[in-house]
Amino acid sequence: MNSELRALYQEVIVDHGRHPRNFGAMAEATHVLEGYNPLCGDQLKLFLLIKDNKIEKAMFEGTGCAISMASASLMSQHLQGKSLEETKQLFQHFHAMVVDKQSPDEHLGKLTILEGVKEYPARVKCATLAWHTLHNLLEGKNEVAVTE
Amino acid sequence: MAFTLQEIAEIRLNFPILQTQARGNPLVYLDNAATTQKPRQCIEATSRYYEMENANVHRGVHYLSEISTQKYEDARKIIADFIHAPSSSNIVFTRGTTEAINLVAHGFSRTILKPGDEIIISAMEHHSNIVPWQLACQYSGASLKVINLLEDTSLDLEHFKTLLSEKTKLVAVTYISNTLGNINPVEEIIRLSKEKNIPTLIDAAQATAHKPINVQMLACDFLVFSGHKMFGPTGIGALYGTSEWLNKLPPYQGGGDMITKVSYETSEYQKAPLKFEAGTPNIAGTLAWVESIKYLSTLDLNRIQQYEHDLLNYATEKLNTIPNIQIIGTATDKASIISFIHKNAHPHDIATILDDEGIAIRAGHHCTMPLMNYLKLNTTARASFCFYNTFEEIDLFINALKTVDRIFS
Repeated sequence: MNSELRALYQEVIVDHGRHPRNFGAMAEATHVLEGYNPLCGDQLKLFLLIKDNKIEKAMFEGTGCAISMASASLMSQHLQGKSLEETKQLFQHFHAMVVDKQSPDEHLGKLTILEGVKEYPARVKCATLAWHTLHNLLEGKNEVAVTE
Repeated sequence: MAFTLQEIAEIRLNFPILQTQARGNPLVYLDNAATTQKPRQCIEATSRYYEMENANVHRGVHYLSEISTQKYEDARKIIADFIHAPSSSNIVFTRGTTEAINLVAHGFSRTILKPGDEIIISAMEHHSNIVPWQLACQYSGASLKVINLLEDTSLDLEHFKTLLSEKTKLVAVTYISNTLGNINPVEEIIRLSKEKNIPTLIDAAQATAHKPINVQMLACDFLVFSGHKMFGPTGIGALYGTSEWLNKLPPYQGGGDMITKVSYETSEYQKAPLKFEAGTPNIAGTLAWVESIKYLSTLDLNRIQQYEHDLLNYATEKLNTIPNIQIIGTATDKASIISFIHKNAHPHDIATILDDEGIAIRAGHHCTMPLMNYLKLNTTARASFCFYNTFEEIDLFINALKTVDRIFS
């Protein structure tokens, strides 16, 4: 196995992929949005509880590969307690890391574990599905986020 | 008899891409159902055409134009002979299988289909044999009926019989499923349809490279196929149609080459097949495709079929020894295509891990989303073999699946 692949499938990612945190529907959610990757059929539904411009809780449900599930899982943990302004910036930082291959911003914290996906152009969309769904929601777009 | 190791080694040398590496490993290409690799003859024909023969067809009186027109029309004859069509006029060149189906669907929606009419397809069709019919139904008010599958994913012929009625205007089914590998009993489907005077269209995209085809023996009304799935270039394919149907259907696209006379008010069309071929065709692609067909013919499709069957059995047996893996589609009559899922690993993760070792497989819905829903799956991983693959490559593939097992233990 080469080092890029090892970086992609490190233990934390495989673990979050198989046992995603904050997985399930959230009855008290103030915002619900869906994301879809037509290339592979990955589907995601994101539930957010937003109070006073702050994400109190993030949950999701859906099906997908280890990368997309782990990314959604790690994102849901990281969003807890973040303001909407901070969240928007996190989206930019995450995007810059995996799409533009920039060195990760310090605010990404544990999310930097997904940096390895940048070496796999065909898999970047798996990692960004949850983030695109979140982005649509923040931009007030009431439509399914499609990665294609 | 199947091929010897020596013969396979020689065949492989004839495909330049098989000598290359992927991610530092020798390429193991197991995505033949998506597209096949090209033999040297096909690649050389493309350069030869542009270096020595390039001219438009059916137009000029000059030297090069005569050569390209002659070669282009010879190609039509070679393709007709390959599927045992009565005449080259039964062959319409298209961009591929998809365009060929769209051509027929367009014609049906404009001249044949009326509100209340029905078209029958099967549950395992590729999007290209679903969406054109949905469009035809939208335009005409006809509706689509779908043949169910049995437990082993083979076609439920009893259900098919119940769908056939006076409302049925066409039966369009795939010869070989690109996702499951099933070889469908098209002879029986055609026979049952013919009893009720219903025309049939056979999607042979996955079939032409793997088994001999005789359209007159099949007695189908249409058969569609693509160059790139049978070792030819992309962007070229063909529609076979009986003379009766090709004469009956209206033109698909309008333009140069498909007319005999044009005025501002009206136009007169060429006879089939030229009636359906507007604009400058893919001449280079056609000539290169024909070289692939000639090459394929030297290998003997019966021997190819036998060798690929051996590859299929070997791979099936090996996959069945990995406890976490389940093969999707267990019909008895299969071509060398295997869809599978892993208990813990998603097909996309499997494909990425195999790719790391230079092994190319497909992961996804394989352009058969309705089939995936029917089988209550989202995606599968798919390995598809052809005659240039080896038993050794299957061993590498199986070995790489053990890495998947290790990562997702």
